[in-house]
Amino acid sequence: MGLELYLDLMSQPCRAVYIFAKKNDIPFQLRTIDLLKGQHYTDDFAQVNPLRKVPALKDGDFILAESVAILLYLSRKYKVPDHWYPQDLQARARVDEYLSWQHTALRSCCTRAMWQKMMFPKYLEQPVPPEILASTLAELDRCLQMLEDKFLRNQAFLTGSHISVADLVAITELMHPVSAGCKIFESRPKLAAWRQRVEAAVGENLFQEAHAVVLKVKDMPPLMDPTLKEKLKLSVQSLLH
Amino acid sequence: MVLELYLDLLSQPCRAIYIFAKKNGIPFQMHTVELREGEHLSDAFAQVNPMKKVPAMKDDDFTLSESVAILLYLTHKYKVPDHWYPRELQARARVDEYLAWQHTALRRSCLRALWQKMMIPVFLGEQVPSETLTATLAELDVNLQVLEDKFLQDKAFLIGPRISLADLVAVTEVMHHKSTFPEVTPFTVDYTLSHQSTIKKMTHRHPYKPF
Repeated sequence: MGLELYLDLMSQPCRAVYIFAKKNDIPFQLRTIDLLKGQHYTDDFAQVNPLRKVPALKDGDFILAESVAILLYLSRKYKVPDHWYPQDLQARARVDEYLSWQHTALRSCCTRAMWQKMMFPKYLEQPVPPEILASTLAELDRCLQMLEDKFLRNQAFLTGSHISVADLVAITELMHPVSAGCKIFESRPKLAAWRQRVEAAVGENLFQEAHAVVLKVKDMPPLMDPTLKEKLKLSVQSLLH
Repeated sequence: MVLELYLDLLSQPCRAIYIFAKKNGIPFQMHTVELREGEHLSDAFAQVNPMKKVPAMKDDDFTLSESVAILLYLTHKYKVPDHWYPRELQARARVDEYLAWQHTALRRSCLRALWQKMMIPVFLGEQVPSETLTATLAELDVNLQVLEDKFLQDKAFLIGPRISLADLVAVTEVMHHKSTFPEVTPFTVDYTLSHQSTIKKMTHRHPYKPF
């Protein structure tokens, strides 16, 4: 059995892994885990990832969780072009720095922004107090400023003049609040220009393909199944802060 | 110019770097950044790390933040023994997996436990609602269980028979929870090691108080 990637393109880190594998022609079998249907809670999937999260990778008997670990594993195993995760000491350190920072910064606020602005009120029909949404959007704004000032600065890409895994992780993250209707690029020309470059480097078709699922979320009707609704609500309550 | 490390051993990621550098005989100049004195907020330190956080590293003109990035930089530059970050593909992936997971799991709950159990009541004199503390300690318990069941299992160390970066990052984190402060002093409320929501909420109500 070849490489298997367990993904839901609803999830930012899954999109980053998907784009990376496709762009680098890494052959894999896609195993879709539908998060909104709770498929990550099945016993079958727990055999793949006991942490019950996507993305997950299965390469023969070797199972791996965590998108950053998966991206680095794929980079090394399939000997992708150097710019994705450069050998140069300092260039690589910049990528590592971004991949580390993003966990508790951009990742956190993009997920909450998308859920608080769209998923809770529209899909789960649970209203979100306006002050909580306002606070989250303010935090998102601060993170975007750090992204521009500390990482992007005057460079073409986040860590230098070429696209790296850092850009993939960042762009897929930012598309999350975009899918909820947040106009984050409209007021930030520098970031918008970077987005164009990333999309061009990835390829328009692949970029659209990876984002088709999340961009359709705003058109989804409210979740009707009461059992699934309660289960999902319970599992995402921590995103309400 | 020798490598410079900007650390406060109060901080878990700083301890991981300190131990790693010392253990591997990496020559460095230690700059202590007193978090309790708010030194991480100074303009001088912002030149080193505009994110105003420790640890930070300066290697001639090259500055670097984020403990995982710094540990990996030191690993590659000083060609440390292989077991710290094995060359072997799958073993290395296991270290990467731990280093990624810990940010939003063990790190998060150890930090929240420390703040809610001690820092806020003792140093800020504020009561933390018991449901909040209970939930945090329950979360810490879950993460410690994951550490045992998913990462450690029956192995000597987190990823195998030998110590790696993952063990340093994990053990300094767990020690954070057990640490105590010998003296009660006014404490800068901007002392944040992450941006987790409860800590933020608490800190938003208190402007930085110099002393």
